[in-house]
Amino acid sequence: MYRYDEFDHKLVAERARQFRRQVKRRLSGELTEDQFKPLRLMNGLYMQLHAYMLRVNVPYGSLSSRQLRKFAHIARTYDRDFGHFTTRQNIQFNWIKLEEVPDILEELAEVEVTAIQSSGNCVRNITSDHYAGRARDELADPRVYCELLRQYTILNPEFSYLPRKFKIALTGSPRDRAAVALHDIGLRMHRNEAGEIGFEVLVGGGQGRTPFIAHTIREWLAPEHLLSYVESILRVYNMYGRRDNMHKARIKIIVNQMGIDRYRELVEADWEQIRDSVLKVPQAEVDRINAYFAPPEYECLADIPDELNDVRARIPEFDQWMAANVAEHRIPGYSIVNLSLKAPGMPPGDMTADTMDAVADLADRYSLDEIRVNHRQNLSFVDVRQRDLFTLWKELKLHDLATPNIQSVSDIICCPGLDYCNLANSRSIPVAQDLSRHFVDVDHLALVGDFTINISGCMNACGHHHVGNVGILGVNKRGKEFFQLTLGGSSDENAALGDRLGRALPQDEVPAAVETIVDTYLAMRLDGERFLDTYRRVGIEPFKQAVYSPVQTRAVA
Amino acid sequence: MQMIIANRLIDGRVVFLDDSGGWVNEIADGSLLVSQQDAAEQLNAAQRAVEENEVVDPYLIDVAADGGRRRPVLVRERIRAFGPSVGLVPQGLGGN
Ligand code: HEM
Ligand code: SF4
Repeated sequence: MYRYDEFDHKLVAERARQFRRQVKRRLSGELTEDQFKPLRLMNGLYMQLHAYMLRVNVPYGSLSSRQLRKFAHIARTYDRDFGHFTTRQNIQFNWIKLEEVPDILEELAEVEVTAIQSSGNCVRNITSDHYAGRARDELADPRVYCELLRQYTILNPEFSYLPRKFKIALTGSPRDRAAVALHDIGLRMHRNEAGEIGFEVLVGGGQGRTPFIAHTIREWLAPEHLLSYVESILRVYNMYGRRDNMHKARIKIIVNQMGIDRYRELVEADWEQIRDSVLKVPQAEVDRINAYFAPPEYECLADIPDELNDVRARIPEFDQWMAANVAEHRIPGYSIVNLSLKAPGMPPGDMTADTMDAVADLADRYSLDEIRVNHRQNLSFVDVRQRDLFTLWKELKLHDLATPNIQSVSDIICCPGLDYCNLANSRSIPVAQDLSRHFVDVDHLALVGDFTINISGCMNACGHHHVGNVGILGVNKRGKEFFQLTLGGSSDENAALGDRLGRALPQDEVPAAVETIVDTYLAMRLDGERFLDTYRRVGIEPFKQAVYSPVQTRAVA
Repeated sequence: MQMIIANRLIDGRVVFLDDSGGWVNEIADGSLLVSQQDAAEQLNAAQRAVEENEVVDPYLIDVAADGGRRRPVLVRERIRAFGPSVGLVPQGLGGN
């Protein structure tokens, strides 16, 4: 796992001291709210409906048990005993007091965690595949390049006053678990014709009120040029970005207005000037950082399918969990285990301090001390010995973290919505709770298979509703909360934006509508089809009919 | 009827302006404003509290009577006054 070097330590400690002075000046009245707001936002501190909210980064989603215990401690000491894991590999604390934030930042710095650039118009927390370094299908660990980019963009004055926030995501696998096509810059590793590993560079993706799938700006980029190329993309953005209109300020707007070909020309022209400058990354530097991500010392083990199959045959519940929540590891004898934070009725992503402590203990015992935060608002243990799987499963069950529903109807992604968020139109969490209580039959979940539901409380789309197989968007109609459904969205390597199903529904009609969509799919799917495949084959009409004119559908059937 | 709602600077908590110009945590203890003039005067007082760095972002909310209790008209303000509808520690998390 990445450890701070001396520069990081110094920088982070100084930043915490600086913020302490800024808070003091705000409380004494030396700074007005207007002067203070940009300063607090640079440290991840928002004002929400009930209190201040602090957003803390989990870079590339990697967390040690010591860091998770610190989150538990923060939740217990300074908050109401829980935190919220977001889709961006961050954790948010909802009930923070301004006067205590300097202490919190110092405590976080002790375990090498920060809130720097977790908000504001800068390069935000860089996200990655939560299976990075462990996935069987991976070409190389993308985190070393995440780290290079982090070191380069953090507190870099040229990127501290961008027209708007800027999000970068990387994946090293052909299977995209990091939604790279929905980021301002997405980087996807693949080999060129000579067999060398490099990046496909995507630009201009994003969600919010005007969603776009990113365009490929360069098919293949040698890793040594990563920093210079990203710099050129950012420079062109800095030059052309619409600072006059917040809603048009993201890079996606510029790229789509001028067209990807023109944007590419500008970037390539700029890049020609700097590609061989000091920004060229020496292999020694890559190696140095790579050493920080050195894999743990694995035991020499073999896969044990027969033993596991024996247990699976005896205990169907364990079998269901293995099928849904456990993934392949690149080292024989090891597996990746997903911890579901989506037991029926749970607010997606929320976790209590006690559960965090328990998970930290389990990670020590069963996952070589490493936890990953994933963009589906679940956690993953990435280094579990296969012979520990059965024991671990029982432990996870005790903490309600073993619901076998990863990537299924009840594994819902959901933003905080109107229960917490200042910008919300509607409450998203209760919709998620209703749905997860509605779909509790795990045999049914398994039958339905891959099926993602994403809920946002307003068009800012923090819950990624545009790319849910079923997207649910909270809208406000004459003071009442309604929910607009979209179908067919996807955030993987074949990313797509969902299509609007029809008029918005009141909250109590949402579960039945989703059930109808699921049933319509089950009735029409061909062998081996996921919901998305069926949807792409048959289109939206049958689903529209089923939800809005059920009688007709029955007559047809 | 209206009331003035804000966040306290030091801890961000939701507060209401009361009759004596102070800020209180409970909606029941806040000042009820029944005339335009009342509202305008109190908003001025709230603005002074902003300048004195006591609260941030004060504004007027509509409040209706609900069985002898006060109830903000908008869902958003009810959530601010009474906490998240999913509980202070969300339901399902096993808190209180
Ligand atoms: C509660 C405080 C939050 C506020 C005030 C907030 C604000 C916003 C805004 C204004 C946007 C739209 C940006 C744009 O279109 O330019 C946005 C997008 C986004 N937010 Fe949030 N958000 C909050 C919480 C969250 C949470 C909890 C998550 C994760 C669950 C999240 C993840 C995202 C993502 C993934 C996007 C879309 C990606 C993009 O295009 O930027 N945010 N947020
Ligand atoms: S989608 Fe809207 S309601 Fe949900 S967290 Fe984002 S800004 Fe808030």
